[in-house]
Amino acid sequence: MTARKLNELRTGDRGIIERITGTGRFRQRLMEMGFVPGTEIMVEKYAPLKDPIEYILKGYHVSLRHTEAEKIMVRESEEGQRED
Amino acid sequence: MPKKITIALAGNPNSGKTTIFNNLTGAHQKVGNWPGVTVEKKEGTATYNNYTIRVVDLPGTYSLTAYSQEEIIARNYILEEKPDLVVDVIDASNLERNLYLASQLIDLGVKLVFALNMVDLARSRGQIIDHEQLAILMGVPIVPTVGTKNQGTTELLEAIVRVTEDKESVARHIHIDYGRELEEEIAKLQGLIQPAPSLAHKHHARWMATKLLENDEEVIKEIEKKPRKKTILGQLEQSKSRLQQILGDDPETLIADRRYGFIHGALRETLRHTRTDRRYVSDRVDTVLTNRLFGLPIFFFFIWAMFQLTFNLGSYPMAWIDAGVGLLAQFVGGLMGEGLLKGLVVDGIISGVGGVAVFLPNIFILFFCIALFEDTGYMARAAFIMDKVMHTLGLHGKSFIPMIMGFGCNVPAIMATRVLESRRDRILTILINPLISCSGRLPIYALIAGALFGARAGNVIFSLYIIGIAMAILMGQIFKRTLFKGEIAPFVLELPPYRMPTFKGTVIHMWERGSIFIKKMGGVILIGSIIVWALSSFPQNVDYAGDYEAQKSRIQEEYAAVIQRADANRVEVLAEEMDQKVAEVEILREREFQEKSLLGRLGKVIAPVLRPLGFDWRAGIALLTGFVAKEIVVSTFGVLYQVGREQEEESEGLRAAIQHAMTPLIGYAFMIFVLVYTPCLATVAAIRRETGSWGWTGFSVGYGLVLAWFLAFIIYQGGMFLGLG
Repeated sequence: MTARKLNELRTGDRGIIERITGTGRFRQRLMEMGFVPGTEIMVEKYAPLKDPIEYILKGYHVSLRHTEAEKIMVRESEEGQRED
Repeated sequence: MPKKITIALAGNPNSGKTTIFNNLTGAHQKVGNWPGVTVEKKEGTATYNNYTIRVVDLPGTYSLTAYSQEEIIARNYILEEKPDLVVDVIDASNLERNLYLASQLIDLGVKLVFALNMVDLARSRGQIIDHEQLAILMGVPIVPTVGTKNQGTTELLEAIVRVTEDKESVARHIHIDYGRELEEEIAKLQGLIQPAPSLAHKHHARWMATKLLENDEEVIKEIEKKPRKKTILGQLEQSKSRLQQILGDDPETLIADRRYGFIHGALRETLRHTRTDRRYVSDRVDTVLTNRLFGLPIFFFFIWAMFQLTFNLGSYPMAWIDAGVGLLAQFVGGLMGEGLLKGLVVDGIISGVGGVAVFLPNIFILFFCIALFEDTGYMARAAFIMDKVMHTLGLHGKSFIPMIMGFGCNVPAIMATRVLESRRDRILTILINPLISCSGRLPIYALIAGALFGARAGNVIFSLYIIGIAMAILMGQIFKRTLFKGEIAPFVLELPPYRMPTFKGTVIHMWERGSIFIKKMGGVILIGSIIVWALSSFPQNVDYAGDYEAQKSRIQEEYAAVIQRADANRVEVLAEEMDQKVAEVEILREREFQEKSLLGRLGKVIAPVLRPLGFDWRAGIALLTGFVAKEIVVSTFGVLYQVGREQEEESEGLRAAIQHAMTPLIGYAFMIFVLVYTPCLATVAAIRRETGSWGWTGFSVGYGLVLAWFLAFIIYQGGMFLGLG
């Protein structure tokens, strides 16, 4: 199982967050919003103009731009694994 | 004698904190700004039993780091003002993430009560929360509430009083366990920060130690003031590299991870899902509203509807206010004798402030719509849909609404920038907003383009709007690259579930913002109107070239003689003719007065600057008066150019006079100047208010003037060069 960038996932795909590259405010903001390693994240949908992208994690909806999702590394979540 | 306590209200954005605040305080609120910043500060009072409770609403935040203004405000208020208690409003349907802020508040060691809000939504989603057990695990009493239905308010007040009186058995201070390695380093740092601590200091020292490991700039600054800073910061470096070595990650990540671990552990025992289906009504609504195909058209429909409501529905009360102001001016004018004081009150104050008061209906309707967008959760979707477009302009998705509103009026548009969270986005949007051509500029275009371009007037006016938009894009790009370099706030935008707004909540929301505009009219606009009035009415004793009064009485005498001899049926016609002639003389007098007033002299002083643009001194005066409100340019034209009495923009006389005074090229350059130069007084006041800085206000005015001059210069001189003059 190789790590991929979050923005490479398609609508409906799930992944487990592995790490966040990037620094400072960006990184801290993501972590307090629940983007911590081990959390499952799902691609809900792309905006009508393809950017930004809406995700579901920890039971709520959040959107990121491509340039931001690019900095989050995910591995594919195992088949049948549940959110909690 | 009631006891007084102060509590602070904390919570995530979208947690329903505002509804809880409204429930606690009712109508007893006041809105202001936090000192030095343009973040709204709300305060109110609640009374319960023998207590008067002052409630301070902290900015909605996801966390208490030092990365944003809002978070620093919230944190410093708790640490420095030391409220007796903090109520954290927690969205029960989004428990895990909302508890992150709660965990940080626990670390702060303050007295806490959690309001578990929107429990009805959580229940309908099949989430069963054992809040009593959760309270024991967190060491904080938890009160279930439904803010929109005003449920749980009394229980919340009860809990607040019980905790302040130390009568609550659940309340205790717990340490979140960060794991052995982290705890060891925290203990080392804590020992250095506060070697012999009292209990309160001990919590604080532990908090500081944790924050140091999180790289918190504010706390590092604090430590740098201490005598032992070298030892502490040295230990910090050691601790960080040690943790990196053992755990293979930086402390920031580790701490966030452990906090979520603590929350996860607590929820494992207390939160149960009874539904496996996680598609909620809100998600189904969203598949339509942000649909790949329909999302954009639906969004544009909403914006169109908002625009229509604001400016069309608003035009009725606008006309009433306008008429009311006119009646008031007449009434007050009738009470006062001729003279300076009457001029000041009627022409200066009433017509100046009245001219801005007519925007009130627009502003309130607009804010009602915006409050509706925000309270339903659609605002976040609007940003989601438009972000791609706005981002290419260097703006945030939410900037779209202020930009589009600018076509109606820049004042509410600039006030609408409050929806933007980052100050950088807010100022950038404010700076380029005046380039969006507002409806106040349309009468000027209609007059000049109508007079000079005939059938092509429509296309000419359309081109002005396009140039305005192009300039907004261009200036946005330039400002983004020069003034606002540096780290851009990440676009981590929560898309909260759709909610049914309450009428009361939306109205309060609207009123909070609209009332700020009313306060402004009493201040900046009042002073500005008086200054412009003074400039155009002094000096009082003008040395007229001709004796206008003598001319008038001569006309009146001549007609009186004629009328006496005339047939009865001609009297009326003759009387009308006389009035007309007297009015013509009056116009000539007014024109000379304008020319010789301070404003007129100012117009002549700036004339050399405007000459390269092809404008004469009269155009200069018109532009000066347009500073109060752009519409005024038309009436100034009426006085300065016109021969007849009719001052309507449709009037043939005025058109002919403009055709005589301006070539189409000059007219176009003039309209471009009107489009770009300094927004009206009300807009300037709005900019001052929203940026909180005279510096940015001055910059906005200054760059507008310079840009307007250059554009008009290029058009006029370029046109002359090409032989279009």
